[in-house]
Order: sequence, then C-alpha cells, then structure tokens
Amino acid sequence: MEQTKNKSFVDKVWDFFASVKLAIVIFALISLTSIIGTVLEQRAEPATNIQILSKLFGESLAPGLYNLFNKFGFMDMYHSWWFTALLVLFSVNIIICSLERLPRIWKLVREPVEPMSADRLRKLPMSREVVLKGKPDRVRDTVKEVIKSTRFRYTEVQEEKGCQFFAQKGNYTRLGVYLTHFSILIILIGAIVGIRLGFSGYLNLPEGAVSNVAFSHTNKEIPLGFSIRCDRFDVDFYDNSDMPKEYRSWLTIIKDGKEVLTKSIVVNDPLTYEGITFYQASYGLINENIDKGIFVFRVILKDGKTADLNLRWGDTFQIPGTDITGKIINFSPALKIGENGQAFTYADQMNNPAVFIVFYEAGKQKYSGWIMKRYPQTWQLPDGNRIEFLDYWGVQFTGLQVRKDPGVWIVYLGCIAISIGLFISFFTNHRKIWVEVAEEKNNSKVIIGATCNKNRASFERKIERMISLLSKRQEGQK
Amino acid sequence: MAYVFAMIVYITYLAFKKNPVGILATTVTIIGFLSQTLALILRWKETADLSGMSFLRSAPLTNLYESLIFFVWCLILGYLIIEFKFRNRSFGAFITPVAALVLAFIDLSGVSKEIQPLVPALKSNWLLAHVTMSFISYAAFAVSFSTGIMYLIVTTEKKNEPSYIFWTLTFGIFVIVMAAMGIDFLTFKVSVRPEVFVRSYLFKSTFLNTSGAVKLLSWIASAGILYLSWRYGSVLKTVITKFNVTADMLDEITYKSIAIGFPIFTLGGLIFGAVWAEQAWGVYWSWDTKETWSLITWFIYAFYLHGRMIRGWRGKKVAIVAVVGFMAVIFTYLGVNLLLSGLHSYGSQ
Repeated sequence: MEQTKNKSFVDKVWDFFASVKLAIVIFALISLTSIIGTVLEQRAEPATNIQILSKLFGESLAPGLYNLFNKFGFMDMYHSWWFTALLVLFSVNIIICSLERLPRIWKLVREPVEPMSADRLRKLPMSREVVLKGKPDRVRDTVKEVIKSTRFRYTEVQEEKGCQFFAQKGNYTRLGVYLTHFSILIILIGAIVGIRLGFSGYLNLPEGAVSNVAFSHTNKEIPLGFSIRCDRFDVDFYDNSDMPKEYRSWLTIIKDGKEVLTKSIVVNDPLTYEGITFYQASYGLINENIDKGIFVFRVILKDGKTADLNLRWGDTFQIPGTDITGKIINFSPALKIGENGQAFTYADQMNNPAVFIVFYEAGKQKYSGWIMKRYPQTWQLPDGNRIEFLDYWGVQFTGLQVRKDPGVWIVYLGCIAISIGLFISFFTNHRKIWVEVAEEKNNSKVIIGATCNKNRASFERKIERMISLLSKRQEGQK
Repeated sequence: MAYVFAMIVYITYLAFKKNPVGILATTVTIIGFLSQTLALILRWKETADLSGMSFLRSAPLTNLYESLIFFVWCLILGYLIIEFKFRNRSFGAFITPVAALVLAFIDLSGVSKEIQPLVPALKSNWLLAHVTMSFISYAAFAVSFSTGIMYLIVTTEKKNEPSYIFWTLTFGIFVIVMAAMGIDFLTFKVSVRPEVFVRSYLFKSTFLNTSGAVKLLSWIASAGILYLSWRYGSVLKTVITKFNVTADMLDEITYKSIAIGFPIFTLGGLIFGAVWAEQAWGVYWSWDTKETWSLITWFIYAFYLHGRMIRGWRGKKVAIVAVVGFMAVIFTYLGVNLLLSGLHSYGSQ
C-alpha cells in the first residue's frame, strides 16, 4: 500500500517534468522576465531605472513599481535566485523529457530492418514500381549495383519468386536531437563551473602602476597570485576625428619579482596568464596626475641628428647643439583652437594632447606655440629643427576587464556539440528502403518501398533516380 | 553609388509588384540582385582600401545601413532559390515587398550611408562570420514570416476566427506603424541618426502630438485601419489563391526556412557571437539586451520546432508562432538598437 502510493507520487512528479506544457511555461517565463530585464537597466543606479519606469508608467507609479521590481530582484535579475531556479527547472525538464522518449527512440535506432511483403511495400509512404526485361536472376546484379550506388548497405533474402534487398541508413541520426539537448546541459554546466570557480572583475591601472589584485564589481579585492604592470597606454584616432581607431596597453606580468611576460593588448586581443585573462576594455585620464606626467620628445636637428628628451611640466630644456632653450608652460589633454584663435580644452580625455612651449635664444623669447601629438605639422619649428611629441606618460589609466573562467572550454565544447546536433537533426535523416525483385511473366517486377523520418522530398528524388538508373542500365545491357 | 543602386532595386520591386507573374519580374529581380552584389563587392573593396585592413576584416556589415542592405541581399537570394526550387513566382509578391519596405525604411529614416571608420571592438575576423550568418538566418526567418502570413491568409475562413483576427491585426498594425512613420518623416523632414529620430520624433506628429485633437484623430484613424484590415482581409485571400499557391506548400516553405534559419542562427548568431564576445568583452554571455533578445527569438523558434515535431502541430497554430518569431527578430535587430541601450549599439549609427 505504502509502496504504490509512494510510486504514484514519484510518477506524478515525473509526469510533471516530462510534460511539454511545462517546457512551454518555462520558455514563456524565461522570455517574459528577460524582456523586463532588457528594459530595466541591470546593475544600474536606482535613479536610472526610476526614470525608465516613469517614462513608461508615469511619474506617480514609478517609485512604487521600482520598489516592487527591486524586491523581486529585477534590478539584477539574471543573477537572482528565481532566474537561476528557472534555468534549473529548464535543465530538469530537458533531462526528463529526453529520458522519457529515449527508450522509444533507442528501439527505433537499434531495430533491424525486416523483409516485407510486396503488398505492404506498396502501402509505404514512398513506393515505386518498374518492370525490367528478363528473369530475376538476370536483373539481380543490375539492381544490386544500383542500390550500391546509393550507398546503402543491403541485406539480401531469397524468396520463392525472386529476392528482396533491404537496408537502412542513418538510424543513429535519430539521436541528433539528444545531442542537441544534452549540449544545452553541457553549456549550462560550463556556465556553473565558470561562476563557481572563476571570477569576473576589473582593474584600472595607471601607466607605470603595478597591481597584484583586481576588483570585483562590488569593489572587493581579488588577489591575482602575481603582479601586473602597465608600461604604457596609447590611443590612436582616425584622422581628424575623435573616434578611437585603436587603443593599446603594454603590460608586463611580474611573478616572484621576475618579469615573466610582456605583451601589448588591444580590444579583441587579450593577454592570458595562469588562467586569468586581461581584456582591453576602456581608458581614461587621471585628472589629479595631469601635471605630474612625463613628456617624451624626440628632437630632430637640422643636420639629422636626434636626441630623446624626457621632461616634466615647467622644465626648461636645451635643443642640443644650439643655444635655444624651451620651457614647457602649459598642457591640454584635448586642445582645440576656436574660430577666434583662442585655444581651449574640449574634452576630458586625451583626444588631442598638446603642449605649449616657449622658446628662448640667449635669454630672449624667440617663438612659442602649441605642439600637438596627433598633428606632425605642429612639430616643425621655424628654425628648421623639429620636436616630435611622442607621449605624455603617466596621466592615463588603462581599463582592464579581468576574468578567470575555467568553464569556458566546457561551454565551447557544448557549442560544438550543439552545432553538430542541430546539423544532424535538421539535415540528415533515418532512411529505410526495401527493393523487391519478383518474376512476372518471364520479366522482373521491381518494387521499391521506402520510409524516412524527415526531409522526405530529397529521398523521393533519390528513389526517382534509382528507377531511372535501373531502366537505363538495362537498356545499356541490350 | 550605393544610393543610386538602392533606387534601382527599389524601382525594380515596384515593377515586380505590378507584374506578379512573368519572366520580366524574375529578370528584373535577378538584374537587381546582380547589381546589388556588384555594389556590395565595390563597397567591400572601398572599405578595405580606406581602412587599410585585410579583406576579411573589412566586410561592409558594420552599421545599420550596411546590415540592412545585406539583409535585403540575403532575402532576395533566398527568394530566388525558392522561386527556382518550387517553380512558383507568386511568393515574390510577398517577399519582395518586405525587401522594398526595408529599402524604404533606409531612405525614410535617413540612415547614414557613409562608409564609417570601425570602432576597435569590431576589428575582428569574427565580424564576417557572426554578422553574415546572423543575417542569413534573419532572411530565412523573414521568408518564413511571409509564407506564414500567407498561410494564415489562405487558410482562415471566418472573421471571428482567432487566427484571422491575428493576421489582420498584425497586418493592420504594420500599416499603421509605417504610415505613422511616413507622416513623421514628412512633417519633420529631418535627417538625424535613427536612434535620435526614434527618441525625439517618432509618432510625435500622430499619437504623441501635443494637440489632443490630432492625438484623438490618430487613434481613431488607426482603429479605422484595423477595422478595415479585419473587414476586408478576405480580399487578400482571393488575390493569393489566384496565384495558385497551396496551403501545404506554404506550410512546407515556412518550416523549411525555419529549419535552415534556426541552426544558422544558433551557430552564427549565438555561438560565434559568444566566442567573439569572449574575445572582445571578456564574457561569452553577459545578458546584454541584444543577447537576451536573441535568446528570446531562439526560444520562440525552438517552440515552433518542438510544437511541430513532437506535438505534430501543423498549420495555423505554428504559422502564428512563425509570425511572432519574426516580430522578435525585428525587435532583436532594430528595436534593441534603436530603443534599448547595451553593448551591441554599433548598428544604430
């Protein structure tokens, strides 16, 4: 008594999870909640979302709605407990649905083809007949060849009036759908591995600075196990625009006091060390360092000689071999010359670094002007010498996305598997074919019967081809 | 260059609609298609020359204009394949208007046609694979949408049938949105970036007009359009049935195009997208708005396939799902770029 009651409960649970209805409900729930998640900005300041809500529902309702949504975790919903629960439910549903149908499908996969009577062959979804001249013994080889040409591996049985060939192909393709479902689970497992054993954080590293930690999105320190140094950072812009073409950080990994790896990274080309990957994500100007950087100049003299100079704001320097001195008196990270000739700073990034230098000869001011890093024509001095403005080092930071994800390979494995699974599910099929050759008035009647589980049209064309091939072969024999 | 060619294609389609049957229509479409192919290649080469990047990386697929043009190209290619496979031209009357509407949208919304420099995140070999495959699948879904709607038109009988109401409403809303956008455009005559247009001008001359009377009038007009589309929807049915299209054929094309679009979408859109995201942003999946909407689209089509394969649903039920699926595609593509914010905002410029 107790036993049966127990079992029926398990059955009920099983049926609940095996139902397609549940799958639909889960699909719908994930989709609907996700829609809300795309409208509300995730992990944003409360003000942003209150604004979004008041745009949609009016200002009076917005704060109330915000609190309601906030209570249910919609402000970071993809990490909320109930969204995770939905994903778990989704996985369980996939597993149970697959298990539920597996025995039936497995039987179809393993089941051998059996010979069939001519009458039953005629009733199959695909059935064609053709009469060939000569007794079955004579046409048999032709038929065999034609079946071989379609790459079926047939079995042959003798019958009283002739013989029958039968074959099946692609029976394992029925499992493609399982591979697809299974790989969804692999991907989810990979995601869990990544979340449990990995981390995701960021690191804003000023030029010249070293760090042995990254920061989580809640600003907690995450030890790296080694140190990373930003040697240099630079942005390249498209000509005459403020659109960045490329930004690059030169990074060095330091482990146990030794420099072990140096690499420059750009967007789409990260650096990985000990499983931790550093992605170029953003950059910025460190405002409090703006007067503490180092100007890197290369002076090219009229006679072709060069000299490298590293200078600070306020420094005075001499152009080698001359009695001309220069004094750095101003710097702008983004200089623009207005219509009235007035120079001003137009952005708070290093969009157009420019340095103002006054030149003196024998104590007398000779000329002065802005030298811009992006515009080589400003490097030329009136006396024929040239000052290349290469860098203003130490005032920018590179924004790195720092991530460790040991699950990513599991996810990719799942991705490969799902691609194969989908290919099998959509573009291959399980085909069965029977070819009966029977004597009829001293000639042979060939009946081809066939079934398949999908993509019937292409199989039909193939059978059509077999029929025409048969007639052609026979004509050739005459 | 591209503008002139767009005009040619546009006129081509108008001509097409007037000659739904006939070799002329096909010829014109093929000529349009070939000239578009040529234009695509030229633009590709121009991009490569301008940016000095390798050929693989300079595919002209980097902004809204280029992607829409490519979408039209895929759609016409898909249509031509169907025409030759099924030896039936009547689908053209439904698929080419979609292409024409996209081209009209490009012209009306004043999308920038310039070749723009690439932001660093788009400089990757994945661009070509991810974007082309996504758009091939979008085009396949667009075909399934057209045939799905046609299926509903052909098979619905009664005016109080849910599926009849569904398709006439869809059709009506479509007409209303297009009309309202056209009115906006004519009223404001501005050429701004599409997302600015959507945020500051969309529906301002109709539904969101400051004058209450115009607002009321707009709503009455749209109700009228909906009613008309509901009342006279059966006229379309008579038109289509004249073209000797069977419901079964429509159902089959809907299924086949989804069966082709779905794996391509999974591999190119979701998986390649994930691999690229992992390289560029450091996360293969970040629940970015575009990713989430792609997933929703994926769910809807997965639902279609399961409904059809396991439950054996045929006909109207699944046709509705196919239509809804394409609406999600449109939103994934345009709505996300124009209305919501996120990492994937390249397409909005």
